[in-house]
Amino acid sequence: MGGWLHFSHMADIGVHGYGGTQEESFEQAALAMTAVITDPAGVRPATRVEVACSAPDRELLLVDWLNAWIFEMATRRMLFSAFRAEFSEGGLRGEGWGEELDVARHRPAVEVKGATYTALRVWLDEAGVWHARCVLDV
Amino acid sequence: MNLSLLHKITATLWRVEPHGAMRVPGLMFADESLLREMDEKVYEQLCNVAALPGIVGAACAMPDAHWGYGFPIGGVAAFDPKEGGVISAGGVGFDISCGVRTLHTRLRRGDIEAVKSRLAEHLFKHIPAGLGSTGVLRLAGHDMDAMLKGGAQWAVHRGYGTQADLERIEEHGRMAGAEPDKVSQHAKERQKDEMGTLGSGNHYLEVQHVVRVYDPTIAASYGLAEGDVVISIHCGSRGLGHQIGTDYLKEMVIAAPRHGIALPDRELACAPLDSDLGRAYLGAMRAGINCALANRQILTHLTRQAFADLLPEARLDLLYDVSHNTCKEEEHVVDGRKRRLFVHRKGATRAFGPGHVSLPPELRAAGQPVIIGGSMGTASYILAGDKRNVDEVAGAFASACHGAGRNMSRNQATRRWQGRAVVDELAGRGILIRSPSLRGVAEEAPGAYKDVSAVVDSAESAGLAKKVARLEPLICIKG
Repeated sequence: MGGWLHFSHMADIGVHGYGGTQEESFEQAALAMTAVITDPAGVRPATRVEVACSAPDRELLLVDWLNAWIFEMATRRMLFSAFRAEFSEGGLRGEGWGEELDVARHRPAVEVKGATYTALRVWLDEAGVWHARCVLDV
Repeated sequence: MNLSLLHKITATLWRVEPHGAMRVPGLMFADESLLREMDEKVYEQLCNVAALPGIVGAACAMPDAHWGYGFPIGGVAAFDPKEGGVISAGGVGFDISCGVRTLHTRLRRGDIEAVKSRLAEHLFKHIPAGLGSTGVLRLAGHDMDAMLKGGAQWAVHRGYGTQADLERIEEHGRMAGAEPDKVSQHAKERQKDEMGTLGSGNHYLEVQHVVRVYDPTIAASYGLAEGDVVISIHCGSRGLGHQIGTDYLKEMVIAAPRHGIALPDRELACAPLDSDLGRAYLGAMRAGINCALANRQILTHLTRQAFADLLPEARLDLLYDVSHNTCKEEEHVVDGRKRRLFVHRKGATRAFGPGHVSLPPELRAAGQPVIIGGSMGTASYILAGDKRNVDEVAGAFASACHGAGRNMSRNQATRRWQGRAVVDELAGRGILIRSPSLRGVAEEAPGAYKDVSAVVDSAESAGLAKKVARLEPLICIKG
């Protein structure tokens, strides 16, 4: 039932992940972030990378989670097409699968500078679906 | 924007009376048509900024203002540390000291026609652009810290450019007070391969020609004449600046209650200037400014190399380098007395008028060059700092606009335009685009931006800066 979408922000772009669990909404939001850069279907989930995040509330945790992947993408020069998040006390541990950036094949549209607190929200809707969203600065 | 919220003072100056939590008024410098098109969020964000502790004078929005993060992009606000004033990571932005520099070439338009296509290819090969590109040098440890302390002065010392360049950069190429110790290892890690890279998004290197001179006297003192070929480079502090923004936004959001600051929007995250966190961010942000200055200096060196290969007669002297996303300690007269203030300019350019002591002697009579970047395919402008900005315009803190500003989101742009069609259409008009990403080109299509000419006209008529020359692109290397 999980999925993602983008929403408009005048200068930049918003990512919105949703799913049956809070974890899934975070995983989908990260996938939406990859889709800002390139088509996730073109990124082979060949190499596994781990991240750990901590924040005092779940909204700040979403920003931390996305920023952790922005850091991994930038320093490893990788893109990721699959994510798994596991919540723990005060934070989360996550895994991502991806491959080294290949400019010719991935044709990256834009570099993400950071996840922001703009339009930031994590919530459970009446139908029992978790949503996680914020605007990215690109 | 609903104009009934504003009180019209002149055709290009509108005031928001203090209400609610606002400590000072808001001032918007724009004509009626720009204001009508402006996002309602600019009004909301301006009111929020006006409510921050220690703000003095007024919270200002420049003619190109649009919805930003906490602060509007095109926002200016000054804070007094003696009155509990704050420094805001959101008020500076993620791309610390993103800016533009313009270089002369001493060439005329006719001189490059024969090699234009080869020059475009050569620049594209020589200038690292787009996601994943790496720079010409690797930095770590002491070298990284030396760069963060030294800025463009460090780059010139390493052989990237000349002493003469430094006179044409704000702060003479080096922001004092930088503290590399306050920059996280994560931020330094992100920067290790990124020195001398353009980045992506709205960053570019353009070869342009001067199509019109508005003020011949100032243009002559800037060394500009119609038909001249110039180069403009727009980029910032790369991964390091982005990570400093990320790190301190989080710290400031978490610490706000401890500092007794109620944030109407978490993106306004700030800390008192007179606090450990405020001082730490100031030191880190200044290191970010130096990173941006060094980065543009290295890109200048690469551009000179590329030109030397194909057009050895060219001489690439720096006209000026301006920064857009900064917080700087400056002296301003407010309420009749001189005060040391911390002026945030988020998507706004410092615009010192004639006679300012920080300007090099040969620019002092004319005022500071204020470089207004356009978007791919549209015009850019060179303005000059206007004496009226300080003498007659209350509250702009010697600031002007910085560019066109978007009027359409990236999604809307990609739905409307195809990258290839944009490249072909511009080629038909004699503008060569080179970019690693066609989707990036579509997102940055000229039609996705406001009319930069209207923005510049408003800035001039509001007394923020004077129009000197209009530039149009010939080649654009898009990140």
